[in-house]
Amino acid sequence: MTSPGPRFESLDAVRAGLASVGYLADDATAGVAFLADRLDKPVLVEGPAGTGKTELAKSIATWSGARLIRLQCYEGLDESKALYEWNYRKQLLRIQAERSADSAQGNQAWDAVEGDIFSEDFLLTRPLLEAIRADEPVVLLIDEVDRVEVETEALLLEVLSDWQVSIPELGTVVATRIPLAFLTSNSTRALSEALKRRCLYLHLDYPDAAREKQIVLARLPGIGDRLAEQVAGVVRTIRQLDLTKAPSVSETLDWARTLVLLGVADVDVDVVSSTLHVLLKHRGDIAKADRELRAAAAG
Amino acid sequence: MLDTLAGFVAELRRSGLPVSPTENLDAVEAVTHVPLDDREALRWALATTLVKRHEHRPAFDTVFDVWFSLRLPAVATEDALTAGELATLLDAALESGDDELLRELARQAVARLAGMSAGRPVGGTFYVFRTLRQLDAEGALERLLAGSGSGGLDDRLQRDELRARLDRLRAEIEAEVRRRLVSEQGPAAVVAAGRRPLPADVDFLHASPDDLAALRRTLHPLARRMAARLARKRRHNRRGRLDMRRTVRYSLSYGGVPLAPQFRRAHPSKPEILVLADISGSVASFARFTLQFVHAISGQFSRVRSFVFIDGVDEVSSIFEGSSDLAEALARVNAEADVVWADGHSDYGHAFQAFWERWGKEITPRTSVVVLGDARNNYHSANAWVLGEVRKKARRVYWLNPEPRSYWDTGDSVASLYAVHCDGVYECRNLRQLERFVAEVG
Repeated sequence: MTSPGPRFESLDAVRAGLASVGYLADDATAGVAFLADRLDKPVLVEGPAGTGKTELAKSIATWSGARLIRLQCYEGLDESKALYEWNYRKQLLRIQAERSADSAQGNQAWDAVEGDIFSEDFLLTRPLLEAIRADEPVVLLIDEVDRVEVETEALLLEVLSDWQVSIPELGTVVATRIPLAFLTSNSTRALSEALKRRCLYLHLDYPDAAREKQIVLARLPGIGDRLAEQVAGVVRTIRQLDLTKAPSVSETLDWARTLVLLGVADVDVDVVSSTLHVLLKHRGDIAKADRELRAAAAG
Repeated sequence: MLDTLAGFVAELRRSGLPVSPTENLDAVEAVTHVPLDDREALRWALATTLVKRHEHRPAFDTVFDVWFSLRLPAVATEDALTAGELATLLDAALESGDDELLRELARQAVARLAGMSAGRPVGGTFYVFRTLRQLDAEGALERLLAGSGSGGLDDRLQRDELRARLDRLRAEIEAEVRRRLVSEQGPAAVVAAGRRPLPADVDFLHASPDDLAALRRTLHPLARRMAARLARKRRHNRRGRLDMRRTVRYSLSYGGVPLAPQFRRAHPSKPEILVLADISGSVASFARFTLQFVHAISGQFSRVRSFVFIDGVDEVSSIFEGSSDLAEALARVNAEADVVWADGHSDYGHAFQAFWERWGKEITPRTSVVVLGDARNNYHSANAWVLGEVRKKARRVYWLNPEPRSYWDTGDSVASLYAVHCDGVYECRNLRQLERFVAEVG
């Protein structure tokens, strides 16, 4: 395992770099990314849906010019989908081709065939192995890790702590360069302590109004300063209500985009209530937010 | 620095945070990579290596703030601004929302108004409260709003912005008070005085309003987690018979070798839940929280029916089903449920009997009955036979008691009279125990 020096020069470089690809990170977020590189540790990112967990990994990859390798987790994910798999069909074909050739020329030793079919040519690499074998810099994104079963989580442990994969037929593959790894979780289940211990932890929450305004401005250059401020303000007010699902940052952006497309220059209550369905996806939530904002406007 | 860190980690452990030795080492290494003069950088470097659960973050912040408090020279009372100057500064600070200004205001205000003196045995919250009240920040907020007064949505947004600045001011005042306490008493004493139980360990019966608010915030994430867990458990427990047709079909892609047998999917049967909750004053917060919780995961059950009682009993299922807003539903439960029969003191015996007479025949073998209450019967007759009858008809009967086990059967508690008729009796004093119960029987 060799590490050809740190990827990121300094903390400020990380923050500026992320901003240059349109991801406005707060100090803690940029800092954790910076530490992940220095300590060679994976980062576990938790937080409500739509706060930019996946986006963080993507932005880092874009900015640093690394290849993004993504492993989308789901229930039932196993070794053959996460690590590697032997290409069974191809192996069968190989054996059959051998056999038809043999009947003409006499038997070839089985050993040779075996050595042949368990070689690189017949190996299907899956995201984890691919990230470890990569020569160029990669960012490994393990998305929604809380969806896999506890048993599969154990599989991640070897990879994430030792950065190696054992393939019985080929031997152990060790990472030439430790990839920068991000695990995201919506915390639908508590992850095992063992996994958490190996990771740095980052909780991404909804941004405050000032930063949300900056995000809106960065992502929608066409939007006016005043509209951006109003958007951020309304979203903050709505988030303070006790809702089933608070609006996420991506929903804020969708809403801002809607307003721009509708040609709205100044937000008032009627505009908000006719476009609330972009921000909120539950009927009860919409009714509640509408009532609250109308009360504010009337009183 | 190493010593400070070791002390800090020990303090975290005392607050209930599980910090492993590896994490401790990571923290030490992380600290070498951040600028030491930057306090916030130190905070995130330590938090990311030491705190792996978001619920633990407030506890971490408390300890961090005390252990690594900024060493600003305290302003002496006689040098501080006068009340009039403070009011001007307050208006200016709230209007601009400038961090420096807010901090300076907090320092001056604490020096002038908190009246802190060495050796007084009062906690920090007292000083914070006193400073805020004398500063009359709420009044200033109204003043500023009345001045702008454009009306409509902007007014509301403006109010929220000012409120956010006020929260920042409050945080600055808390920090200033803490700094003064630390320089007077030393960090260990301040941390010990400010130690709070983690949200999962807060006792339902003795929770303060702040604690309850914190608990409510954990409700939705917790409900989501439990729902996912129950659904997963059901899917995994039920593996149907071998499905020959699909096995053969699947084997075709492997040259006819049946590598992976395929199974029929069993139809998961969802249980039906009937909650019977005591909502008398002594256990109200527990019952309310649990009712909310059950309804938040109601998607995992084929049906949820809730009944509330004090000495009379009433069904409240329709209130919960009709609205998606649990807080509102609870307010309606209090207002509309007809639960007082005689004097408004808990009478389990009468409530159970009334329940049995009116709804007993609706209990089916698919119903799981969960009773919530402390079984404190005010020396009325227990009528435990009702639970016996219920158990004969129902699938299971569980009792959740918010009192510590050692208090059961003391005084007017008749827990064990009822316990003999239950399939399980659980102590349920905090979130952790509630979570365990759901995981066990769900």
